[in-house]
Amino acid sequence: MSPVLYFLPWFLLLASSAHALEFNEVQAGKSTITFAYKQMNVPMEGKFTRFSARIAFDPERSNAAQARIEVDLASIDTGFSESDDEVAGKLWFNAKAFPAAQFVSYGVRVLGGNRYEALGKFSIKGKSMDVSAPFTFRQEGAVAVFDGSFTLKRLDYAIGEGIWSDLATVANEVQVKFHIVAASSPAKK
Amino acid sequence: MSPAIVRYTRTSIALHWLTALLVIVTFPLGVYMHGLALSPFKLQLVSYHKWVGVTIFLLTVARLTWRIGHAPPPLPDSIPVWQQRAAQGLHHILYALLLVIPVSGWLMSSAKGVPVVYLGLVQLPDLVGKDKALGDMLEEVHKVLNFGLLALVGMHVAAALKHHFLDKDTTLLRMLPFGKRDGS
Repeated sequence: MSPVLYFLPWFLLLASSAHALEFNEVQAGKSTITFAYKQMNVPMEGKFTRFSARIAFDPERSNAAQARIEVDLASIDTGFSESDDEVAGKLWFNAKAFPAAQFVSYGVRVLGGNRYEALGKFSIKGKSMDVSAPFTFRQEGAVAVFDGSFTLKRLDYAIGEGIWSDLATVANEVQVKFHIVAASSPAKK
Repeated sequence: MSPAIVRYTRTSIALHWLTALLVIVTFPLGVYMHGLALSPFKLQLVSYHKWVGVTIFLLTVARLTWRIGHAPPPLPDSIPVWQQRAAQGLHHILYALLLVIPVSGWLMSSAKGVPVVYLGLVQLPDLVGKDKALGDMLEEVHKVLNFGLLALVGMHVAAALKHHFLDKDTTLLRMLPFGKRDGS
């Protein structure tokens, strides 16, 4: 075996570890966005079936990480078609006028271990606020898995107005949970 | 009234009428709330309906436990044996329904993805997972059992009134909360 052929794989291995992988190809089919809330103190869960996520995350350079997630609010699935219709309506999301919710990151904080915190602007129903979402990063073979959540107060965004603003029936706190699976792609030149 | 009436115990009488009251309240509540459009009011009523159902279940367990040590007073001798047997059979079915109907509602709630949190405090475990088809099926079961209960309660009440007003015997007096107790 020629020395070149012998050393080449080692060289490539070193080169790739010096340029850590950037995970930026979200696998929509494997990713989920769900939410949890309380109704008459009963824990309830639901999900959004349509959303798009663009992320770029390199654990070696987490301060350069970026995320942009857009959720199609009409795709809500509460488990009850009557509730889905109600929540898409004017008093809740008013999805006709404000079809999407967005999260756009402006920073990532390292919390230690595999824990991070995404800082960003969350916008829904024409209102925008700063949120921070703690998440974990896990590499599983060729893909990265990001699991995290943040809790919003629905009345801050006028979600559930009028008769629904009664917090004894549907609680103010809504936890939004994301599970994003992303593959790495060759670094863009 | 010449012969002394042997009545049910005060505990039995209290549990019986409390259960009757709760059934009378929660049956129409169930029918009414089912027809309502989604609103906070509806969500509240659905929760109250579940709480009452759990309470009926607990009261029935208490009644059956109490009954073990306190046999019901005998029916008047004037009643033919076959009627006594029929009355007993009806009572057993009523007890069974007072246990099975709340359980069917509990399972339905779990299947529909809305767990039961009794009085907003104690969450009952989900014995079945979220499953829409199962939830719809259990809703039908819950409904059919309840209309079965309605029919049987109708017979129960009709029989009690018949004995009281037509036969003029002591059947109903044994269960009435007022009136004189014999020395026992």
